[in-house]
Amino acid sequence: MAKVRLRGQVQKLAGGEAEHEIEGATVNELLAGLEASYSALEGWILDERGILRQHINVFVNGELATPETAVADNDRIEILPAISGG
Amino acid sequence: MTELLVGTRKGLFVLEGSADGDFEIVTRAFDGEPVDYAMREPHTGRLYAAVTSPFWGPRIWYSDDLHDDWQPAAGVALPKGGDLALKRIWVIVVADDGSRVWAGGDPGVLFESRDGGASFVLNRTLWEHPTRPRWRRDSGGLSVHSIAPWPGDPDRLAVAISAAGVWLTDDGGETWEHGNAGIVADYLPEEARATAIDLCVHHLERAPRKPERLYLQFHGGVYRSDDGGRSWIDIAAGLPSDFGFPVVLDPADPDSAYVIPVATADRVTPGGRVLVWETRDAGASWTARGDGLPQRDAYIQVLRQSFDRAGEGADLELYFGATSGELFGSRDAGRSWFTVAGRLPAIASVRVGR
Repeated sequence: MAKVRLRGQVQKLAGGEAEHEIEGATVNELLAGLEASYSALEGWILDERGILRQHINVFVNGELATPETAVADNDRIEILPAISGG
Repeated sequence: MTELLVGTRKGLFVLEGSADGDFEIVTRAFDGEPVDYAMREPHTGRLYAAVTSPFWGPRIWYSDDLHDDWQPAAGVALPKGGDLALKRIWVIVVADDGSRVWAGGDPGVLFESRDGGASFVLNRTLWEHPTRPRWRRDSGGLSVHSIAPWPGDPDRLAVAISAAGVWLTDDGGETWEHGNAGIVADYLPEEARATAIDLCVHHLERAPRKPERLYLQFHGGVYRSDDGGRSWIDIAAGLPSDFGFPVVLDPADPDSAYVIPVATADRVTPGGRVLVWETRDAGASWTARGDGLPQRDAYIQVLRQSFDRAGEGADLELYFGATSGELFGSRDAGRSWFTVAGRLPAIASVRVGR
C-alpha cells in the first residue's frame, strides 16, 4: 500500500492523522480509496465527476503526478494545493 | 447593535456597530477564500457561509460560534458520476418558522435542509427538469440566486435562476411551474421573446406582509408581480437605468422597493454618482436617495447579494457593499447615508446578522 500524506483541512477531515496507508494502482484509484475511507473527505479532492480538482496537485515520491500515474507499494503520496496568487 | 456579515473575495468579515456609532470589524473567517454569501439564522443564531475554495471546491459551512467551530455541511454536491460538478453556492435562505434551510447554486441547483443546515438534499425535480437543456449559462454562471418562501408556508417557494427565469412551487419542490409572463428579454430577437425560457433574472424579493407581491430586478427591467410571481408588470419608468442587480424591500410596506441602477453598458453607477432609488407606491414613481453617498468620480459595482436591510418602517436600516470594498449604510430608510467601511476586499454579499 502507498503512504498518503495529508495536511491542513483535509488532514482534519481524515480523522486528524497526517499519514494514511491506502490501496490503489493509480493516483485516481488511490484518491477514490482515500475518500471512500473517510466520508467527510468525499468531494474535497475529487469532484462529483471523479475528477481531480483543478488546483490540487498530487506528488508521487516528490514528482508531480497525473491521475493516471501508477502507484506502487510504499510510494509516498502528497496532496497539496497548487501555487496560487492574486 | 447591528451586525453585518460581509462576504468578500478574501474571506468573511463580521462588523458590529451601535445605533449611532461607528462600525468595527469584530472577527474574520475563511481568510483569503472567496465567501460568496454569509447569513445568520434568526431563530437559532446559527451562522452559514458559502465558500468557494479555489482548491477544495464549493461548500456550505455552519457555526454556532461567531469566532470558531465552522463545520462543513453534508450533501452539498451534485449526484456522483455525472457530467457536472457543483461550482458555487449563491444564496442561503431559512424558512420563517426555521423548519427548512434552502441553498441555491450553480449549475442551477436548489438544495434543502431539514436538520438546521447540517446536511442538504438536492431538489431532484428542478435538477431533472425537462426544460433544463434550454437554460442558459450567463457570465456569472447558471445560478439559483434568489429563494423567496411564502411566509407561514415553506412548501410555497419562488426561486429565480440566471438565466432560466422564475420558478414556482406550491408542493415543497415536487413540481415546478414557470412564472415568467410579462418579462421582456430585450437581449433576444423579438420573435424569440414569447417562448424564451433563458430569462436573466438578477434578483427577486417577496413582500412579507403581502406575499403575493414580489419585486424583480431583471437584466434590463424592473418588475412587480401581484399574483405570487405568475405574471409581471414593468415598473422601471423613472429610473436612470433599468439595469441593476439587488432589490431590497421594507417589510412594513409592500409598496416599497429599493434598487441600485447601474449603466447597461458598463454595469457601474451611472455618471459616477452612487444613488439608491426608492419607490413607496409599488413602482409608480421613484426617488433618488444619495445624501452621504459619493456623488462624483464613483463608478462602483454592487452585486446582487450585496444589499440588505434591518428593521422596518421608520426604523429601516439599509446596507450595501461594492466590489471596490466600500460598504455604505443608512439608519433612516435611505434618506441619509454614511460609510461603514472603506477598505474591504471586493464585496460579494452583505447580510444583516442581527
